[in-house]
Amino acid sequence: MSVTRRMLLAGGAASLVSGCDALGSNPSFQSLLRLGETGNFVIQRALSDRMALAREYRPDQRSPIFRANGTRTPPGDAYSAHVAEKFANWQVKVDGLVARPQSFSIAALRAMPQRSQITRHDCVEGWSAIGKWTGVPLKLLLDAAGLQPTARYLVFHCADMMKGETAYYESIDLIDAYHPQTIMAWALNDAVLPVGNGAPVRLRVERQLGYKQAKYVERIEAVASLEGVYGGKGGYWEDRSGYEWYGGI
Amino acid sequence: MPDVIETQPIASVRRGFIFKHRLSTRLWHWVNVITVFIMLMSGLMIFNAHPRLYWGEYGANFDPAWLELPRFPGWATIPSMYNLALARHWHLAFAWVFAFGLLFYLGRSLWNGHLKRDVALSKAEVAPAHLWEDVKKHARLDFHEDDTRYNPLQKITYSLVLFIILPGMVLTGLTMSPGMNAAWPWLLDLFGGRQSARSLHFIFASGIAGFIALHVGLVLLAGPINGMRSMITGWTRIEEKAA
Repeated sequence: MSVTRRMLLAGGAASLVSGCDALGSNPSFQSLLRLGETGNFVIQRALSDRMALAREYRPDQRSPIFRANGTRTPPGDAYSAHVAEKFANWQVKVDGLVARPQSFSIAALRAMPQRSQITRHDCVEGWSAIGKWTGVPLKLLLDAAGLQPTARYLVFHCADMMKGETAYYESIDLIDAYHPQTIMAWALNDAVLPVGNGAPVRLRVERQLGYKQAKYVERIEAVASLEGVYGGKGGYWEDRSGYEWYGGI
Repeated sequence: MPDVIETQPIASVRRGFIFKHRLSTRLWHWVNVITVFIMLMSGLMIFNAHPRLYWGEYGANFDPAWLELPRFPGWATIPSMYNLALARHWHLAFAWVFAFGLLFYLGRSLWNGHLKRDVALSKAEVAPAHLWEDVKKHARLDFHEDDTRYNPLQKITYSLVLFIILPGMVLTGLTMSPGMNAAWPWLLDLFGGRQSARSLHFIFASGIAGFIALHVGLVLLAGPINGMRSMITGWTRIEEKAA
C-alpha cells in the first residue's frame, strides 16, 4: 500500500516535472513567466526612492575573505601585459552618445573625488560577501563626457573573454548610473583591486546582483537602446542564459 | 455556489451535508496546490546553485555554513536539469500568485469573518486539558466528532501556516532582493540579515512541505473522498452519529 502510494507520488512528481520542463521550454510560456520580471522591475522602481541607498556596514561586519567569482584571471596576452605593467596603460573610455568622448587612465580615475562604501555583494546563486569598495562615482565620468539627451543606458565592455568568444558586457539604466553608490571601484578592502575581483577597475551598482557588477571595465558606452548591443538583452548572462536584465531581485 | 450560501455561517445543513468551505477558501486552496509545488520545486533548483545556508548578513564558500546539503535530484526540481535562470523565472513569476493569493485570502477571510469565527482559538480551546483531549483524539484517528468546525490542533496548525509561515515566506523572499533591501531596509533588521533570511526562507519552505505531508496524510485518514468533495464543492458529509 505504502509502496503504491510512494510510487504514485514519485510518478506524480515525475509527470509534474516533465510537464514543467515542456512548459519551461515553450517560448510563449517563457514570455508569460517573464511578466513576473517586468512586474518586479516596475514595482521595485515604484516602491523605492531613486536615491535609496543600499545598506552600508561597519568595517567589522566585512567577510573575512571576499570571494572572487566568474572570471578569476582574464585570458590572453594583452591582459597579462597590463598586469605586468600594473595597469599603467589601462584606459577606460567613455563614448557612444556623449558630447565629449573621454578616456581615463587608472591614475586619472584615482585623482578624481572618491567614494568608499562597505556594502554587501549578493550573487544570483545565493551567497553574499561584504567588502569595502573605493572608487570614482560614475556620475563624475558621465558629467565629464556629457550624455546626449537620447542616451538611456550605459553598456560596460569588459576585458575578460568568456569561453574565448565574447568579452563580458553588462548594462544599467541612468537611474542606477547616477545613483550615489554607483562607483567605478579600483580598491577592495583598502587594497588595490585584485585580479580575481576585476582589476584594475570594476562597476559597483549596489542595488543589483553580482552579475551586474562588470569587472575589468575598458569602455563605457552610452546607448539609446539595448537592442543593437550583442544579443539585445543587455548583458552576457542575460543573452547567454536568460538571466534577468534587472538584477534587483 | 450561490451567493446566499456564501453569507451563511459555516454549518448550513442540507440532507446530511453541511456547507464547510467558502469559495474564497476553495479557490485559494486549489491555486496553491499548483503554486506551492512550483515554488517549492523551483526553489530547490535555486537552492542547488549554492546548497549552503548561513546566519547573518554574509555567507559564501569560505564562511562556516550551518547546513550544507547535497544537490536535490532532478525529479524534485523545476526545471529538472540545472538551469538557475529558468528556475528564477518560474519562482519570481509564481511568487506574485503566491503573495497576492495570500493577501487576497487573508483579506477576504478577515472581511467575511472566517478567521475570527473558524480559525481563532477560544480560551477554552487552548486550555491544556482541552488540547490534551484533542491530541488523544488525533492519536485515535478520531476526526469526526464535530465536522462543522476545525478542532484546536487544526486551528493552531492553520494559524501557524497562515500568519507565520506563509507571510514569512514572502517577507524572507523579499529580504533576499538587493533592490528591496534599499527600498525597505527594515526587512534586513527583521530577519537579522540577508543570509539569515535565506536560511529562514528554507526553514519556512520545509515547514510548508511538512504541512503538506501532514495535511495530505490526515485527509487520507479522515476520508479522502469527502475531503476532496468538500474542498471542490464546499459541501461535506456529516458522519451519522450512533445513538
